[in-house]
Amino acid sequence: MNEIVISILLVTGSFFMLVAGLGMLRMPDLFLRMSCSTKAATIGVGTLLFALALYFANLGVATRALATIGFIFLTAPVGAHRIGRIAYLVGVVLWEGTIKDELKGVYPADACLPFGQECLIPDMDAPEVKSKIEEEKP
Amino acid sequence: MILQTTIYFIVFPLLSLTLVLGFIRLLLGPKLPDRIIAFELIAITSAAIIVVSAIANDQAVLLDVASAWAIISFLSVIALSFYIEKWRGRP
Repeated sequence: MNEIVISILLVTGSFFMLVAGLGMLRMPDLFLRMSCSTKAATIGVGTLLFALALYFANLGVATRALATIGFIFLTAPVGAHRIGRIAYLVGVVLWEGTIKDELKGVYPADACLPFGQECLIPDMDAPEVKSKIEEEKP
Repeated sequence: MILQTTIYFIVFPLLSLTLVLGFIRLLLGPKLPDRIIAFELIAITSAAIIVVSAIANDQAVLLDVASAWAIISFLSVIALSFYIEKWRGRP
């Protein structure tokens, strides 16, 4: 009985990992791919670790497994957010089917200059950056 | 018995297929951030393979390896994004 439950959990987790891989290959855009890899892979690894905690049925192992689940649930969105922000600033093009781009007009258009120039996130509170954003607004 | 069969005939092949798909994206990825997220997927799939190996071999110690692996992959992703931020020019 216990083995059947653990098997179901394992198959579910590996299926979610496969969905993450498929989305990584098939999605048209960096940001869609990133959402696939973080959501599906986080759920998949969480399910696999839960199956491991059920298999060993030991307090120490279960605590470590739950701590690892919590760590992955906390850190995967942080990494994804950071890469997404940097990718947007560096000029990764969005998919042509994108409906809403909420960051459009938030950063100045020359936040990241062509090759050989400075490429830093601008200080958004500086007055010259603020006036430039106001000028570029449609 | 049923657990071993499931692991060796369903779970490991699915996870290996995920690794292959991640490597394909690592080769194709047009820009550097695409490659970084493909690397992130490969790292987290390796952690999942280590977790499943812990069940298959009945070794609870491998869970520590998996958690350390997850920590190191998170740190490497943060470091790579930091260096893209400080890098001059588009990738």
